[in-house]
Amino acid sequence: MDFEYLFELLCGGVVKGSIYALIALGYTMVYGIIQLINFAHGEIYMVGAFVALIITGILTLSGYSDSGLSVLVLAAVIAVIYAAAYGYTLEKIAYRPLRNAPRLSPLISAIGASIFLMNYVQLVQTPDFLPFPELVPEFEFMEPLSRFVSSVDMVILVVTALTMVALTVLIKYTKIGKAMRATQQDMVMARLVGINVDRVISATFIIGSVLAAIAGVLIASRTGQINSAIGFMAGIKAFTAAVLGGIGNIPGAVLGAMVLGIAETFGAGYISSAYEDVFAFGLLVLILILRPAGLLGKAVKQKV
Amino acid sequence: MTHVKRSLGIALWFMFLTLPLMVVRVNTVSREIEWRWHNMALVGICAFAIAWFWQFSIERRMSKLAQVSNDKHPELKKPTWTQRLAADPVLSRRVLIAVGALAMVFPWLVSTGQNFYHVNVMVSALIFVVLGLGLNITVGLAGLLDLGYIAFFAVGAYTYALLAKTFGMGFWTCLPLGGLMGALFGVVLGFPILRLRGDYLAIVTLGFASITKIVLENWDTVFGGAAGIANIPRPDFFGVELTGREKAVYTYYIVLGLVALAVLVTTRLKNSRIGRAWMALREDEIACVAMGVDMARTKLSAYALGAFWAGLVGVVFAAHNNFINPDSFTFMDSAMILAMVVLGGMGSILGVIIAALALKLMPEYLRAFAEYRMLVFGAVMVLMMIFRPQGLINDMRRKYEYDTAEREDDDGGK
Amino acid sequence: MAANDERKKLLEVSGLTMDFGGLRAVDNVGLDIYEGEIVALIGPNGAGKTTFFNCVTGIYEPTRGDVKMLPPGRPARRINGMKPNRITELGMARTFQNIRLFPAMTVLENVMIGRHCRTSTSIVDAIFGGRKAAAEERESIDKSYQLLKKVGLAEVADEFSRNLSYGAQRRLEIARALATDPFLLLLDEPAAGMNPQETHELDALITRIRAEEKVAILLIEHDMKLVMNISDRIYVMEYGKEIAQGTPQQIKENPKVIEAYLGEEAHA
Ligand SMILES: Nc1ncnc2c1ncn2[C@@H]1O[C@H](COP(=O)(O)OP(=O)(O)O)[C@@H](O)[C@H]1O
Ligand SMILES: [Mg+2]
Repeated sequence: MDFEYLFELLCGGVVKGSIYALIALGYTMVYGIIQLINFAHGEIYMVGAFVALIITGILTLSGYSDSGLSVLVLAAVIAVIYAAAYGYTLEKIAYRPLRNAPRLSPLISAIGASIFLMNYVQLVQTPDFLPFPELVPEFEFMEPLSRFVSSVDMVILVVTALTMVALTVLIKYTKIGKAMRATQQDMVMARLVGINVDRVISATFIIGSVLAAIAGVLIASRTGQINSAIGFMAGIKAFTAAVLGGIGNIPGAVLGAMVLGIAETFGAGYISSAYEDVFAFGLLVLILILRPAGLLGKAVKQKV
Repeated sequence: MTHVKRSLGIALWFMFLTLPLMVVRVNTVSREIEWRWHNMALVGICAFAIAWFWQFSIERRMSKLAQVSNDKHPELKKPTWTQRLAADPVLSRRVLIAVGALAMVFPWLVSTGQNFYHVNVMVSALIFVVLGLGLNITVGLAGLLDLGYIAFFAVGAYTYALLAKTFGMGFWTCLPLGGLMGALFGVVLGFPILRLRGDYLAIVTLGFASITKIVLENWDTVFGGAAGIANIPRPDFFGVELTGREKAVYTYYIVLGLVALAVLVTTRLKNSRIGRAWMALREDEIACVAMGVDMARTKLSAYALGAFWAGLVGVVFAAHNNFINPDSFTFMDSAMILAMVVLGGMGSILGVIIAALALKLMPEYLRAFAEYRMLVFGAVMVLMMIFRPQGLINDMRRKYEYDTAEREDDDGGK
Repeated sequence: MAANDERKKLLEVSGLTMDFGGLRAVDNVGLDIYEGEIVALIGPNGAGKTTFFNCVTGIYEPTRGDVKMLPPGRPARRINGMKPNRITELGMARTFQNIRLFPAMTVLENVMIGRHCRTSTSIVDAIFGGRKAAAEERESIDKSYQLLKKVGLAEVADEFSRNLSYGAQRRLEIARALATDPFLLLLDEPAAGMNPQETHELDALITRIRAEEKVAILLIEHDMKLVMNISDRIYVMEYGKEIAQGTPQQIKENPKVIEAYLGEEAHA
């Protein structure tokens, strides 16, 4: 057995899992509160990547000459702001009017929103792949690790870890975080004790979108190219990760994303890269059949 | 006045939202930035108008809802034209005959000599009508959101392509086989996943369709890979060799026949014990099983029957196009069929037919529309759910005939 | 009580327990129903009455205990963990506390769903529309219509069920349950949301149903007047446990019940 190859795959899987985790959190938080698969979440991630691309383009072409990293950070900040704005608007238009509609209505609306956003970006920008500039400088870090992990990957891992910590703090200790947890437990009760549920839902969309945009910028710097369709697959994969971990469960989403990322890279590395997506979907189908509540989720019985 | 103020705010918000994506375009090759400020003005004006209209519509909808809950007899509302049509059997039969006659002579009206473009377009549209009717069973009647419906279409198409090319089997033998293969795939896939909740089912069907496409793309020894399969025989006509135009017209009649068959079968089922069980399942799963309906069997039948139509018409598609590859079976195609069902009104046969024809023919004849097609579909799906979840055409409930004479007896006896 | 023992037993529940995670919603409850009886299950909100119904009708699989059905003229069956539709086929039907009709179907169609398990038209029959299928359809319609007449909804047979008033919806649920030809009918708070006049009519309806449809009835109800009026026997639950059972008179005088349940009202 070739351990070096195995370790390389493992690192690749964890990096991939980190990206999935950032997107999956948005799915899981929204689902936890309003039981909706926000099908358009992948598109928010794509919009984030596109805004970052445009900002970096403006900055570099207009002669803003600073280090690549500062350009990237500035672009990421603006991308995050825009993604948050898109997520907020999406909820207001496509989901809020359907709060009490039959259960399939918001899902169909979400699919419509996803198709709309994908084609909107395609029409106003381009259907082709656009190159994303390499902005992460090569830097030195611990010797044995640097053989398996590139600088970009290292940035991805560090940023993901920091984001997770920030999210945990936000949910555990802030007022809005507590309100979110209360609303997730029981929306009616939360409303009765004076929580502004609408605001909590908006906040959830905004936080999820911020995470997705971070993922979008990171993946764009890693793959070096983006197009308007990247959100679709990433979205479905991330949803798979969320289900795998137990939808509605935040640590579950991260765990599920890691499992999915690793499973995919191993499947691609040892079997065939053409069937990478098949492994992901196969895993989704298996988990739903064998353990629909997911790895960390608890089975709840619907109240009758 | 508050409306104007709010609309202004909304317009500004959308100008901000679309600022980077619609105004700036970075050309990394020529290293130029294109600024399209006129787009921003456009967004501002449109957003203002739409926001104003939106608030107006929401307000109207709210007052309507309030009215309905106050009103004990909302059925006294003015009947829509479809309701009036359905209520008048003579008129509806006449309309039906007229439409049928028009459909029969259509190919002769629009095609001459070598020009049969319109017939071909219509064949493609009618194929989607059958797909819409099939998905209408699964989604519209039984409420099982299937986002991978196109996979069954692919199953039918590849079934025919492979059987015809490797075993030289004829179109008419393969037609039912394609349908059965679709249904078989429906059952095999449906069996393990039908216990899933509605939204999970949607994602799994989507995954299934993606897997199907990946397999078709990569298993090139059997399915021809991304290049697909070419030179698929056209429908045979008792061994007679047909010209190009005759072939198109012949296919037209075949698919028209399938549409008629699909309409007949769906209507029959809808007004039967089976169709009622489907609808009950859609309305409330728990109540439905508590009333003695076998959920697994009912779901599976709806799923398999929907898949059957896709498989059947997939055969026609392969024969008509002469050539198939995985690109005809993408998620966007599934989404478009779903849009037909949603737009037509979940469960409404007439609505689905009209929506399918409209969605398929509009981009064909309005080239300007073709570019914005998917954008419009997406928007339409959102707007329909918000403003007209019942679709453009209301699904009318059948009124049953019952013995009222007996009632008087009964009352007299008491 | 002695008379009951000579009658045929229809349902025998013993040691029924249902846990939701850490919460024990039903704790070791036993209950019997005999032919021709109207039995009430009462107790404060959250006592576990609805959960008891759900366990008995197969919506939930009970954590522990036995549910036995004894269909007249057929062998007894243990029905724990059986699917709800199988239990309905065996002859037990129910209504729901939070009305669960099929809103976009007509009133008549709602009842016709109840006939589903008593009819057998297959997909093929339905497509080809043979004489047998037509006859069965006819019979379904007529039978359902008769039931609508019985509950006083014949006039609105072609309405969408979502357009009915609250009380009418509750009666429609009863008709729908009766359409499954049950020998045992479970009603979950049938008078909830009804005005006094409607409640009074419901009282008459339930007694009439027992007589005409030959069903035994188990009902959950908070309206004490209704319960005391029509029940032969009463079971009382509190915090998942069964705290008393007996005739209405015995229950009225049971200090435990007065303490737990009637007490609040007596003081009010
Ligand atoms: N599906 C469920 N999951 C978790 N807890 C439940 C569920 N159904 C009921 N419960 C709990 O079980 C207890 C009994 O509820 P219920 O049977 O509805 O009471 P009742 O009908 O007597 O008012 C309540 O505390 C309720 O919250
Ligand atoms: Mg209850």
